[in-house]
Amino acid sequence: MTDKPINAPTATLREAHGGGSATYVEQPNRLAGGLVDHGRALNFDFDGRVLQGHPGDTLASALLANGVRLVGRSFKYHRPRGIFTAGSEEPNALVELRRGAHQEPNTRATTVELFDGLEAGSQNYRGSLGFDLLAANDLFSSFLSAGFYYKTFMWPQAFWEKVYEPLIRNSAGLGRLSGEPDPDSYDKGFLHCDVLVIGAGPAGLSAALAAGRAGARVILADEDFRPGGRLNAETLEVDGMSGADWAERAVAELAAMDNVRLMTRTTVHGVFDHGIFGALERCTDHLPTSGGKPRQVLWRLYTKRAVLCAGATERPIAFGDNDRPGVMLAGAVRAYANRWAVTPGQRVAVFTNNDDGWRTAADLSARGVEVTAVVDPRNTQPRAEIPGAAIRMGDAVAGTRGRKGLKQIELASGGTIPADCLAVSGGWNPNVHLTCHQRGRPEWREDIAAFVPGKDLPVGLTVAGAANGSLSLAAALLDGETRAREAVESLGFKPAKHTPAKAEDEAVELTPFWHVKKGRARAWVDHQNDVTVKDVKLAHQEGFRAVEHLKRYTTLGMATDQGKTANVLGLAIMAECTGKSIPETGTTIFRPPYSPVPIGAFAGRSRGKDFRPFRLTPSHHWAEEQGAVFVETGAWLRAQWFPRPGETHWRQSVDREVEMTRGSVGICDVTTLGKVDIQGRDAAEFLNKVYINGFAKLAVGKTRYGLMLREDGMAMDDGTTARLGETHYVMTTTTANAGGVFRHLEFCRQCLWPDLDVHLISTTDGWAQYAVAGPNSRNLLRKIVDPEFDISNEAFPFMACAEITVCGGTPARLFRISFSGELAYEIAVPARYGDSMIRALMAAGEEFDVVPYGTEALGVMRIEKGHAAGNELTGQISAQNLGMGRMVSKKKDCIGNKLSERPEMNREDGLRMVGFRPVDRSRSLTAGAHFIPRGAVASMETDEGWMTSVAYSPELGHSIGLGFIKRGSERMGDIVRAVDLVGDSDIEVEIVSPHFVDPEGERLRV
Amino acid sequence: MIINHPLLGPRDAAEFVYLGDASLIDRPDWEDPDAAEKYYEYLYLRDNPAGLHRELWFHEQGDRSWLVVTRNTLTHEITNVELARDVAKAQGRSR
Repeated sequence: MTDKPINAPTATLREAHGGGSATYVEQPNRLAGGLVDHGRALNFDFDGRVLQGHPGDTLASALLANGVRLVGRSFKYHRPRGIFTAGSEEPNALVELRRGAHQEPNTRATTVELFDGLEAGSQNYRGSLGFDLLAANDLFSSFLSAGFYYKTFMWPQAFWEKVYEPLIRNSAGLGRLSGEPDPDSYDKGFLHCDVLVIGAGPAGLSAALAAGRAGARVILADEDFRPGGRLNAETLEVDGMSGADWAERAVAELAAMDNVRLMTRTTVHGVFDHGIFGALERCTDHLPTSGGKPRQVLWRLYTKRAVLCAGATERPIAFGDNDRPGVMLAGAVRAYANRWAVTPGQRVAVFTNNDDGWRTAADLSARGVEVTAVVDPRNTQPRAEIPGAAIRMGDAVAGTRGRKGLKQIELASGGTIPADCLAVSGGWNPNVHLTCHQRGRPEWREDIAAFVPGKDLPVGLTVAGAANGSLSLAAALLDGETRAREAVESLGFKPAKHTPAKAEDEAVELTPFWHVKKGRARAWVDHQNDVTVKDVKLAHQEGFRAVEHLKRYTTLGMATDQGKTANVLGLAIMAECTGKSIPETGTTIFRPPYSPVPIGAFAGRSRGKDFRPFRLTPSHHWAEEQGAVFVETGAWLRAQWFPRPGETHWRQSVDREVEMTRGSVGICDVTTLGKVDIQGRDAAEFLNKVYINGFAKLAVGKTRYGLMLREDGMAMDDGTTARLGETHYVMTTTTANAGGVFRHLEFCRQCLWPDLDVHLISTTDGWAQYAVAGPNSRNLLRKIVDPEFDISNEAFPFMACAEITVCGGTPARLFRISFSGELAYEIAVPARYGDSMIRALMAAGEEFDVVPYGTEALGVMRIEKGHAAGNELTGQISAQNLGMGRMVSKKKDCIGNKLSERPEMNREDGLRMVGFRPVDRSRSLTAGAHFIPRGAVASMETDEGWMTSVAYSPELGHSIGLGFIKRGSERMGDIVRAVDLVGDSDIEVEIVSPHFVDPEGERLRV
Repeated sequence: MIINHPLLGPRDAAEFVYLGDASLIDRPDWEDPDAAEKYYEYLYLRDNPAGLHRELWFHEQGDRSWLVVTRNTLTHEITNVELARDVAKAQGRSR
């Protein structure tokens, strides 16, 4: 890197970029020491200002080091807001990160790891961050209280779409999306372990060491980039060394163990059934670019035991104007000073109801920061000597002053004290979140005035340390060790002998104190969703007293931080209103995820075409060479038609394919149809049970059409089944139902008739199959089929099937079946010959002017022949509706036979599938049109049925359709209207036989 | 969820397809004089227990066994997994 000075804060980042490690811009709030590398400078851009931080900084610590206090505007009132915490619980400091398509809104500055060249911007304002036009909302705040939307936007109704909705949409949301596709990639991963340790603070490190030393496979996951948790933020000692040093030693020991996987930057976000955990690893978010690697990995962790060591989150005390930039949590202020060597202010005051808050005053004072006051509502002795600080026991902070940042605090007893940072501590809430993801409900513990995990924990999970309410360091170390020992012992491991880590039990005494009643200014509870003490009181006044109602009425805890710093405070205020205790008032429980997980991570690689991969038929590459247009059918991509030069409309191609097939010969890939190989002594009996029609008497070498019902009597699927041998059948299913039918057949075989000697294999992928249709199909096949096989009409009549060889010995199956209504065959070869086969067939057909046809021509020809397909078999159609009621055998048991006998399904005026043609032959029919008698108003009452399939018939020269209409089969020649209210057409149609072409089937048998 | 397959050991539930109540095994006799009523009950009437539930799962991405899984609907705890074929035979189903 070259040395290039940064002249002024207005320099662009690009100029500053490549700025050397030796060039420093002064960071007014930077202290000495800490866990940042003071020897290297990192340049970053915040709202267009170039600033500097150090490796080890977060964006938040670097902003504070530079004296930046105003970092965003609040959600509803657009109040100026600053950094409030030092972790993932941050409600205020949400920023937009990066530029262009990489832009990511609502990232917490407190968890963003600083890198050289980082670009961040504040969000949720119009104009500038310093002068936000929407801050006018704050002036109308008395109208915008809880329930405002419910009360205001109710009337007049006409205003909703044109006025209210655009208004709300315009001001809703925090950050902006880039609007471009996410250029990063995401991945998914799966890991297995004996013991998962969640959190690498004192309890977590101690637990991982105990489990690792016992030889168990351990995963230790922590959301931070530096393991150690509060050990890095405190001045407390472990085993005679600093907490941070002890953590570093523990991490080094764990890293040396083959059986331990240490995952930093990894948030365990959810607990799922049977010991499965979800975790998000942020692999490249701390780097300028992902460099082609997955940006984040969504892990699924399969565990036998888990120890939750998620620590605790500090909670604030509510008082007037407690959202002013500079008001922060006391533990965070201490963490910035101790870990990041940053003081959030030059003159710091502390407001605490517990002993822990005093350590902030002591630590900052020890680092030479001026502490102006310690205010403690408890009427007891001061907990420490803080040189130069006004100690106010039994007092409280009632308000704050300063426009866009704190300048003074107002005391409840009167008077003001100067401070540009106020460190507030209302006590610590154990991070019980993951214990609630199954059915667990936290329990209230009076001595720490906080919820701790209940007894009903997820299977295999135990809780240690601060997450379990053991708030002192010594207790956390011991707790982690004990829980891990129990876990590995229950798995049969022998815990190793070693001396547990020792630390002093620091004081954590607390007297509950939730909010300062004095003062008229608004006191904030949920900073991210702008919920005040007054809103909670209003919810109580209006009857929304249950926790769940409170939440929804005020939106308390519903922001991206899920109320990590707000929920218990909100509950406490509601408890005051109701006069009940906090546990009587309710409990807040949590759902996954613990902290936000990007949608991109859930999607992983399943994006775009990979969201639902296509299956390709063996002739796909050949079809591509022919310029085919493809269509998705089921899981497959099939050729829809094959345009030829000069054809500008799909109908030209499709009409030609139909005409050439009916005129000579055409070939269609039908590989996608499901194929099930059915073998066994009872194969025939099995088919009798799953099809409505009989198969036992089907001769070897013959094929038969079969219709399958569901047990409720509705058509499930249809297809042909060929009997290749005495105990060997091959069934075909429709393309889309192949999987479902196979599952159903296995159900019948295993669950209903377990003693039938029959076995099933899905061979859909095993065979490439082509329909060869048209008057010249036999002539074409004769050139392919080996001469020893006689395929003359006499030797191989309609519905015959045989195992043959083609092209000089290639095994094949030949079926004389027809979907097109022409003389036709289907020829199947093992899939690996599929590509060669289509080329051989096309070459052999050249002299007959053979044409490949796609699914559209296939559809036209089946409609011309009146064959039902997917459009007809909707799951609401019975055999009777299809005109196949008589096929349901009364002589044998089969799936669906009994419930087919229900009177409703055998009504005289039931729907029947018939054909339709327009009275005016020049009109086009539309599928989905409903049949209405002539002269009647189109309504539910007059509706007689609907059109299912339509096509232009090249043979007839006009539009034709299939559909269901009441008593259809008795109404040949009737005229009704086909009314399509969506397409706005209403045309007269005549009811006709569905067999439009060759109704006697003569062409099939020649 | 993890289903402990009787032949293949613990498998992720994502490999399976769920069908429903294991009572679907008890398909009534088609020649029973009350067959219509019995089929109606068989197909449409289900218990919806808060607690132990015997249900059918198909190992579609595996060995294609139908399994009867006993699962607690409140906790998702799985207490028993059997091959549906064995269950069907034990209940007297044959051919």
